[in-house]
Amino acid sequence: MTDPLIIEDIRPFLAFLVPLVGVFGIAWAGDGRENLRETFTFIAAVLQATIVLSMVPTVLGGAIFEYHVWQIFTNVPLLLRVDGPGLLFASVASVLWIATTLYAIGYMRGLHEHAQTRFYSYFAISLSATMGVAFSANLLTIYFFYEMLSVSTFPLVTHMQDKEARTGGRTYLGYLLFTSLCLLLPALSWCYVWLDGGQVTMDFLGDTGKVGAFGPTAQIILLLLFTFGFAKAGIMPFHSWLPGAMVAPTPVSALLHAVAVVKVGVFCLYRVYADLFGFDVLRSLSGEHWMIVIACVTILISSLIALSQDNLKRRLAFSTIGQLGYVALGVTLATEKGAGGSVLHIAMHACGKITLFFCAGAIFVATGKKYVSELRGLGRKMPITMGAFMIGSLSVIGLPPLGGFVSKWYLALGALDRDALWVVVVLLVSSLLNVFYLLPVAVTAFFRTEETDKDSGIKEAPWPCVVPLALTALGCFVLFFLSGPLLRLAGIGE
Amino acid sequence: MMENAIAWIFIFPLFGSVFCALLGMANRKVCYPISVLSMVGAFWAGVETLMQAVGSSSHEVSYIFGGWTLDSYPRGVGIEFRADLLGALITLVVLGVGLLVSIYSKLPTEEETPGKEPLFHSLFLLQITGLAGICLTGDAFNLYVLIEVAALTGYGLIAIGSNRAAAATFNYVILGTIGASLYLLGVGYVYITTGTLNMVGIHDAIMAPESKLAASASMQVAFVLICLGILIKMAFFPFHAWLPNAYCHAPTTTSCLLAPLVTKVMIYVMIRIVLTAFGVDFSFESTLWAKVLPWLVVVAIVSAAVMALAQREIKRMLAYLIVAEVGYMVGGVWVYNYYGMIGSIFHIISDACMTLCLFLGAGLILRKCKTTNFDGLRGLFSKMPLTMTGFFIGGFSIIGLPPTCGFFSKWYLITGAMVSERWEYLLALLFSTMVMVVLFFRMIERIHLAVSESGENLGKGHGDLGLTDEQTRFSEGPLTMLVPLLLAAGVVLVIGIYNQDVVNQIEIFLDNLPHDADLPKEAVGK
Repeated sequence: MTDPLIIEDIRPFLAFLVPLVGVFGIAWAGDGRENLRETFTFIAAVLQATIVLSMVPTVLGGAIFEYHVWQIFTNVPLLLRVDGPGLLFASVASVLWIATTLYAIGYMRGLHEHAQTRFYSYFAISLSATMGVAFSANLLTIYFFYEMLSVSTFPLVTHMQDKEARTGGRTYLGYLLFTSLCLLLPALSWCYVWLDGGQVTMDFLGDTGKVGAFGPTAQIILLLLFTFGFAKAGIMPFHSWLPGAMVAPTPVSALLHAVAVVKVGVFCLYRVYADLFGFDVLRSLSGEHWMIVIACVTILISSLIALSQDNLKRRLAFSTIGQLGYVALGVTLATEKGAGGSVLHIAMHACGKITLFFCAGAIFVATGKKYVSELRGLGRKMPITMGAFMIGSLSVIGLPPLGGFVSKWYLALGALDRDALWVVVVLLVSSLLNVFYLLPVAVTAFFRTEETDKDSGIKEAPWPCVVPLALTALGCFVLFFLSGPLLRLAGIGE
Repeated sequence: MMENAIAWIFIFPLFGSVFCALLGMANRKVCYPISVLSMVGAFWAGVETLMQAVGSSSHEVSYIFGGWTLDSYPRGVGIEFRADLLGALITLVVLGVGLLVSIYSKLPTEEETPGKEPLFHSLFLLQITGLAGICLTGDAFNLYVLIEVAALTGYGLIAIGSNRAAAATFNYVILGTIGASLYLLGVGYVYITTGTLNMVGIHDAIMAPESKLAASASMQVAFVLICLGILIKMAFFPFHAWLPNAYCHAPTTTSCLLAPLVTKVMIYVMIRIVLTAFGVDFSFESTLWAKVLPWLVVVAIVSAAVMALAQREIKRMLAYLIVAEVGYMVGGVWVYNYYGMIGSIFHIISDACMTLCLFLGAGLILRKCKTTNFDGLRGLFSKMPLTMTGFFIGGFSIIGLPPTCGFFSKWYLITGAMVSERWEYLLALLFSTMVMVVLFFRMIERIHLAVSESGENLGKGHGDLGLTDEQTRFSEGPLTMLVPLLLAAGVVLVIGIYNQDVVNQIEIFLDNLPHDADLPKEAVGK
């Protein structure tokens, strides 16, 4: 492969900056002028998506964008770089932010939530940090934005300001800051010391296998530090923060805890595995296969836990942990196809899971129901919502012609490239488990009649809630047919 | 005029203090302007000195008081003020903190110690004189004098507050005097063996070709005595007992000035003694001390962090944090390598800024809420958003979140620990980092959430904090107090973002150590 063309361009930095500037508008409009405030959010979201998408054609053409922001250390700059996988992730997050903004308007107003200005402000900051991670060009840059994301989502997780929120917030920060400060930071510093000040070596571009200066044992330790250090990826045993974070309002769970935050975690893993270690090095490391095992265990156990959850959002959260396990599995397989499948799964699962969360929130807005067992007969009252839920479920399960199928296909191919047939079996078993914990939700809603009459007044949630979830459900189809360019961005297409 | 900027640093606050005392008798109102103006002058001279040091080829500026010369063997008896890059940087920090606190001091002084403003401001300026002098002097005995100037004015500044402050001061006086005496004793040994008090002269004597001083018992004893004295002065655990009470019961302005500076300046003294007076080889290779101290550091950091966890009051908690931070910096010096040393020096600068931030914030909270107890914090963010933002920036910096300066100093400390494979120090650092996460996010929770200590929901849900509108209405502190806080918070961020420029100067300093003594750079196992 020839060296890609590098174009100096400010657009990646703009994509990061736009939401931050938007925060000023949001805060200035304040609680008194709701419409103006939400207009600012919209403008920020649309602008960001436009900027991000405008880079797609060039990147598809094989070039990459770079923007040098600031020199962190003598050898390590805060450098933004747009390559295929990063752009794919950024596009998904920023496009879904538009949908989530519309949805949040319906949800937050529908429930008469408090402190909406704070909510929208921190939401924008989180998206800004997400762009930062997606476009990071080296380890230190990615760490900066990773921490920014942890802190800026804390007020969103504890939005309800009650006892539950406190517990959730504590778990959230406890896990994320513990892992990032105690595992990641030493790992980074270790790289910095050993790899000649990190000049070239912390950078994601260029030759892989940069950690070659370490001995094999040290490499495994480093790999472990990184794998568990990026706890946003939800790899067991550092996954408990995610169900805890479900106390947040649903738009937060939908965009941040199914798309932005958690995907930042697995995306960081992708960077470390694919661009820092390199697949050849990884495959030659003895003991590396245990990472695959950890990912598989995460997938299976979380799916089993999801089966037993009656609270819909918690069930979805455990499902997310399982799906994150897929992405992690893809990168740990250390094959081209597996890693490409991972990147693709970031997009596919995002679209499917955000639909499911949107539906869960819409149900809560319309009926106040949180539990799966309460949903009987709801399908007739809320056909669009439950229909979208069905589509989202099928996409997450991985049936064609929905997006989820494509990524799972490539994950399976990746496993076969690694001659790991048992991984394919795990994938199949877990898909089956997906069926068991997702389909009954829609099935009860459509095919079981309700027991009481008090549900008779129920109708669809307000339109700002329903439109986004219909759109994202549609998106699951679109992604399937768009998979050509997506595959090219993920680096496995022709 | 500014050729002798280094002397002006000393002269401005010294004479300002005299004027405060004299003119203050006639009219108390003039003290505050005099105090601020002399700090502005001193700060300007500090910037000028740093510029000169950066600009000069030898990277240092020297000034000899009273026309003495350095010609006699080995380096004379005159008092020499030497501002190399390290000294000039730390001096600038001292003066910067002093300037911000002097602006801040107007209201707290008038309210907390009415009638005593002249006294307060002249002590305040003398304190700055002492601290800035410590950073500039190149003479070991002169250093002792200035340490005592700073200490004595410090006792006065603390005792000026409540009755309990007087009791706390007594404790401080005793420990402080013991520390100073040990230091003086050590300097005595050095003078007997080397015949000079000039720090560069001492080093020259140790490094002289046929000198056997490095192996001599008296030098070892001198070194240990000096280090011990300084450790007591800097409140290194277990010699910290004077600090929490002294800083808690002191008037607001006093704690804002002393907390960021006193301990940090003493760390500077330690680095100065180690690098300039005794030299790298002697300090790290010849003594048993260098093997024991790193372990004491671990104990110090962990215990101070644990004690900080037990506090229920902001200022006390911060006081214990300072004790833990002292452990960081001492550890950074004694891991004995290039990065650790950069970390320690950079941490002096950043810790001064962030501690200032936190104490200024705590002062504002105290003034508004009449308490700094954790339980009185609820709803404070809607009441004083700017104050709390400044306070949190300081807190994030203590935790070590990028891009605050605390992240970068911690980065170098961690790197230093790794290079020397001092895993126990690394673990202690990480442990106390986690403790700080707990401490600060516990406060953020108190401010942000409507939950009582025991976990009951207050208010009526939907973000209702269970407070009256009166209690949460926007009401920031006065500008003379708020602006210094925000400036301090800005400095925390700016130093973080431009850390490379600061670190470059520190690196130049470390690369130009006398006698080409180099700290190890390479990792042990590499």
